[in-house]
This record gives sequence, structure tokens and C-alpha cells, in this order.
Amino acid sequence: MINFELIIGVIEIVMIATTPLVFASIGELVTEKSGVLNLGIEGIMLVGAVMAFITLVTTGSYIIAFGISLLSGVLMSVLFAFFVLILMSNQIATGLSLTIFGIGLSSMLGKEFIGIPIEGLNPWYLVILSFLIVFLVSYFLNKTKNGLVLRAVGESHTSAHALGYNVILVRFLSIIFGGSMCALAGFYISICYAPMWQEGMTAGRGWIALAIVVFATWKPRNVLIGAYIFGGVTIIQMNLQAIGLRLPAQLFSMAPYVVTLIVLVIISSNQLRIKLSAPASLTIPFYKGR
Amino acid sequence: MNEPILQFKKISKSYGNVLANNQISFNIKKNSVHALLGENGAGKSTLVKILYGLLQPDEGEILFNGNIFSTKSPKESMAKGIGMVFQHFSLFESLSVKENLILGLNEEISYGALVKDILAISKKYGLELDLEAPINSLSAGEKQRVEIVRVLLQEPKVLIMDEPTSVLTLNETKSLFNTLNSLINDGTTIIYITHKLNEVIEFCNDVTILRKGKEIETSETIKFDSDSLATKMVGERINPLHRNNFISSDIIKFRVKDLSCKYNDPFLTDLKSINFSVSKGEIFGIAGVAGNGQTELMQVLTGEDIRVQSGEIIFNQKKITFSKPQERRDMSIGFVPEDRSGHSAVPELSLAENVLLCQFANNKFTKNGIINNKSISKYANEIISKFNVMTEGDSSKASSLSGGNLQKFVIGREILSKPELLIISHPTWGIDAGATQYIRNELIKLSNQGTSIIIISQDLDELIQLSNRIAVIYNGELSNSLETDSLDIKKIGLLMGGQSE
Repeated sequence: MINFELIIGVIEIVMIATTPLVFASIGELVTEKSGVLNLGIEGIMLVGAVMAFITLVTTGSYIIAFGISLLSGVLMSVLFAFFVLILMSNQIATGLSLTIFGIGLSSMLGKEFIGIPIEGLNPWYLVILSFLIVFLVSYFLNKTKNGLVLRAVGESHTSAHALGYNVILVRFLSIIFGGSMCALAGFYISICYAPMWQEGMTAGRGWIALAIVVFATWKPRNVLIGAYIFGGVTIIQMNLQAIGLRLPAQLFSMAPYVVTLIVLVIISSNQLRIKLSAPASLTIPFYKGR
Repeated sequence: MNEPILQFKKISKSYGNVLANNQISFNIKKNSVHALLGENGAGKSTLVKILYGLLQPDEGEILFNGNIFSTKSPKESMAKGIGMVFQHFSLFESLSVKENLILGLNEEISYGALVKDILAISKKYGLELDLEAPINSLSAGEKQRVEIVRVLLQEPKVLIMDEPTSVLTLNETKSLFNTLNSLINDGTTIIYITHKLNEVIEFCNDVTILRKGKEIETSETIKFDSDSLATKMVGERINPLHRNNFISSDIIKFRVKDLSCKYNDPFLTDLKSINFSVSKGEIFGIAGVAGNGQTELMQVLTGEDIRVQSGEIIFNQKKITFSKPQERRDMSIGFVPEDRSGHSAVPELSLAENVLLCQFANNKFTKNGIINNKSISKYANEIISKFNVMTEGDSSKASSLSGGNLQKFVIGREILSKPELLIISHPTWGIDAGATQYIRNELIKLSNQGTSIIIISQDLDELIQLSNRIAVIYNGELSNSLETDSLDIKKIGLLMGGQSE
């Protein structure tokens, strides 16, 4: 007998668990499409999560919490953009520092708020929004002139500059979009998914989001597939644990990460596919002038 | 007759302490083809980049139709009627032709209207295009067509062409000239940058000769013949070199037998059953238009990429098909790869360190693994002075040298190590006339001492001057070799364009 209710229940849980990954990966995808690798997503997510939580506790308004959370994401990404686009710092190092900074900043801000109970927001609004955003991004990148310019900048910034496009501005906006999406993922985690604040509560989802972008070979719709594979494995392993299979719990908890790793290895083993789909100027700084 | 459309007034531009443009002044007549002639580094590119808004001049001004013309960006220049077709295509490789064309437009335009415009331009000027094809599947000539159509969609009054024929076959060059001629008939003015004398004489109305950042002369082309143009351009008579009186020796040093490589990569050209041999003291030239498998062949010969499907490479009767680059160096094979910075030299290391990195096994610079800094430094300085490398000294980073200077250094390094076989890609690419002369002489001397040399180059004149035999590579296939003494240039030209007999 197939228990339909159980299956639908699992699908629901998978969708709810996967949504933050969708937000973070689609944001990072846009940033990378413009030629910038932002390794700071984990940090931005945490800051977005803590700011949303603090604002909700102090004001009681979901709308204000949503706004403040997005604003914190914008500010974090402006900081990143300033370093990598204006001061030409190394994108990898700057991104990693941003994550470390975000972890520290969120713990400090959220110290007094650990364990405070709140009433969570219904996640389904944002689940639907996540699908909407993926399709909008896909439409924007493939069907609009501005989306084409963004791809062109990520493909060859010197050519785009020679044609008269503002490389720095395009990248700046792409980084800000990516940061906002990360903050949105943070908002979702601390307000909808697990309504509470706990240090490091994003639990490495930022890193998984980076992997999902590669998995998706930089195509927006594939982001959904990648995110749902990871989300699906996460939930299924939890259910298997609940059923009581006699295997160490650590093995189950490892499963989503191991699956991600294996999928990435398989995808990256075809170097040609990566070469053909990765933005050619990814991580290369753009110097104006000569 | 025609009034000037553009007037350059005392334009100066310097990079650091190098004056790329030094008080350049001249006029360009409306509706003419105006050549900017000069060697690499004469300041041609800098000057047009200023006109196109990519660079800002330090001093001087430009008048366009009598009014002061200032531009901060290419976009602004294009809007004002100045278009440019680059030597190195500024196309987006993974995007389609259509997407590339849309990117070149300033305003939003419906796809239907765009296609109509493109077809009109294609038909009028004989520029056929497949709109959906991705750029990386096109030949150099097709890519250039995309570039030209992209600029023409903006209806420019002045069109800058930067070394347009450097990557084209003879037939592609002919059709380019037809296109440019019909543009002139429609009232466009063309600025034609080149270092090819015959193109200036055959095709251009006026010429401005630049040398070392200075304007040497501007006048009508009919006053010149190729001899006098060359003199003005180089500043001294070019002494033709003489090849050694080479008598083919029986000792085959190096042989490539039925070598095939298949890459399954649209960015690479498969090599198809390549055969050739080089005897002791011989110079063997491989000609061809860029992108026909030269890079891939070079990487197989150096051992950098040994994805060989079938066939073998033999050096001194020994199979080296799958040997690594260092193993080949240890057998006394020297290499100068195409890419100076990154392949022939480590950019972040000093010149002296770069010398040490590519010595043969029995070098005199290390003892029990300890580097003798004095001796490499002395050796590096010997290269620097002999090959006239412009640098502060042997401790300068390789990346601090300009392309041409690094090339001189790398070639010097290989020549002075006196290998038994030297494989060299584009020996004088981007190098000034004096040093070119010197390098060619040194290569000939080296071959006279018994070194076998393989030269892969696009510069046909160079190959004819240096080689004993020449073969042409086209689409991954190497033609039979031709003796240079009884060479029919036309035949080489046909082979380069893919037409075998």
C-alpha cells in the first residue's frame, strides 16, 4: 500500500527545507554570471537571519523584519563589492573574510536573543516566491537586453567595456542582488523554517548553495533541480533515521553532503562542460584603462 | 579636394615613462581610406584608442568636422559616429551572433527590426552571417564579419579598422576590401591601421607613418612605393638576411610520423595525420593562418599536452611521443611556446630564476641542488645585453617586461643554451625591427652550428627568410614541405586558404 498522505507530507517538508537553498543559489548564480565569485554567502545569510529575528522580536512586524533583513544583505554585499570592485582585492580571500565576519557579527548581535520564542511566518509565501524568482531570473538573463549585458560582462569584461557597457556597475548590482537573496534565505531560516535564533543556524547552507551553482552549470532552472536533490536527500535521511534503520546517525547526517560532493565530482569531471558553461571572466578583476 | 573630417592636434599620451604618442598632429580627409602605418609599438593603437574613447590623451585635442571632439567612453564615440573593428575580436565567444549584435546596439530594438537591418547590411556589403551560430564555432573571417556588421548597425561616419587582415586568408582579405570599397562609396571614412606595405599602397588614399610615438609623415599614398614606405616606417634600410647555404644532411634529427590528436573540444583543432622530419642544422618552417592547429601542434611537440591518438614523435632515433617537457629539455630540445607569459616564463619570478627553470639536466647553475645565484645572474645579464632586453636588470620580475621584451629574453635564453633542436613559435611576434633582425641572425647562426630548428609562424616573410623548407598547416593538416629556394608564393597562399592542388 502506498500511503499518499505520507508522500505528500514528505514533499511538503522537502519544499520547505529546500527553499533557503534556492534563494541563496539563485542569488549567487546572478553574481557569478556577472563574473564575480562571492564566497561570503554563508556570512550574509547569518547576518540576514539575525537581523530579521532581532527586528521581529523588537517590533513585532514581519514586514519591517523582512525589510531590515534585506537591507542588511545589501549592506554586507556593498561592503564586498567595494573591496573587490573598487579596491580590486582578491575575490576568494574577501569572500571568505566576509563569511568569517558574518559569523562573528551575527553571534555578537544575536547574543541576547538566543532562546526567545516567536511565532513563525507561514513558509509557503516564500516557497512560492522562490519559484517565482528563479523563473524571473531565467527570463531576465535569457530574454532581456540587460540580462544579456550581464552575461556579456561575465563572459568578457574587456569586450563589454569596449562596447561601452559599465562593467563595474553591472557587477555592483549583481553582487547586491546576490546579497539580498542570501539575506532573504537567512530571513526564511530564522523566521519561517525554524522560528528562533541560534548561532551558526544556517548550518553550511551557503557552501551548499555555491556547489549548487556549479551543479546547475550556471543555468537558473537547474538551480531548482540541484537544490531539491540536496533538500530531498536531507529530508529522506531524517525520515530513514526516524524509521529506525540500524546505522550510525552520523552516516545519515553526512548523506546530503556526500551526495553533493559526488554530484559535483561527476559534473566537474567533464571539464569541457564546465569550460563551456562557466562565465569566462569569473573571479578575474577588471582594471579600467589599459 | 576633400575637407578634413578629423584633425589631430598635438596628441600626447604616456604610460609611465614611455611616450606612446608624442605630439601627433595630422588631418584625415572626408570619404577617404587613411592608413596609419607603423611597427608594433609605434603608437597606432594608442592613437585610435584615444579617438574611440578607450583612453584619454594627456595633451592635445581632436577636431571632428571642425568642432572639438571629446569622448569619455566608446559608447559616446559610437553615438558621435566613430566605430571601431578590433584586431583581437571583442566578441563574446559563448554567445550567439545575434546576441553579440544586440550587445553592440545602444537602444532597444525588436528582433524583427534587427534582423531586417542585418539582412540589409549583409546584402549591401556582401557580409553573410548565420545569426544563431555561437561565436566559438566561426572562423576568423566570419568573426570579423560579425564585428563589422555590429559596427555598421550604428551607421558610423568614421570606421577604424585595426590590422584587419592579420588573421584572414587571401580570399577573405579580398572580400573584406570589396566590403570596405562599397563603404567608401557610401561616404564613410576609414582609418586603416596596418604594418603591411602592400595594403597601404593598393588600398589606401593617404598614409600617416608613425615611428616610436611620433608622426613621421602624412601624405598621399601615390607618392610612395613599398621601398620608400618601409624606409620611413623602420627608419633605416632593411638589410635582407641571407640564409645559410644549407645542404640537406642525411642525419634526420627529428621526425613526426602520422601524428593524430583528437580533442572533442570546439575550442581546439584536431591534428590529422601530421608527417614531417627535420635534419641536422635545418630550419623547418610551418606556415598557416592562426587557429589552424598551430597551438595544438606546438603543445604536442613540447610535451605540454600529450593526448596523442596515434602516430609517434622521434628524436635522435628515440621515441619521445609521451615524454614530459622536462624530459625533452633534458635531451637538449629547447622550446619557445606561443604564450610568453605563463608558458615560456613564470610571470612572478625574476628573469634570473626564469633562466634556471629551463636548463637542461647538465647545467652549470646548480651544485647538489643549491643554486649558484652569481652564475645565473651573470648569464641572465648576458642575455639581457646581447638581445637588447629593456629591463632594470636580472632581478626584475618577468611580468614587469613588455611582451616584446620578454620574448627577446625567452628567445635569448633558448638560443644561448645551444640546444640540439629548437622548437619556436612566432619568434619575432611583437618585437621591434632591430631586435627582429638580431633574433633572425642568431637563429641562422645557431642552425649553422648544427641545431635543427622548427619555426611555427604566421609571418610568411619571416619563414621564407629563415627556413630551408616550409609546410603549411590548415585545419589540423600539414601539407607536404616545399623547398624555399624554389618556392611559389601563390602556392603557399592557396594552401593557407585551404586550397590544395
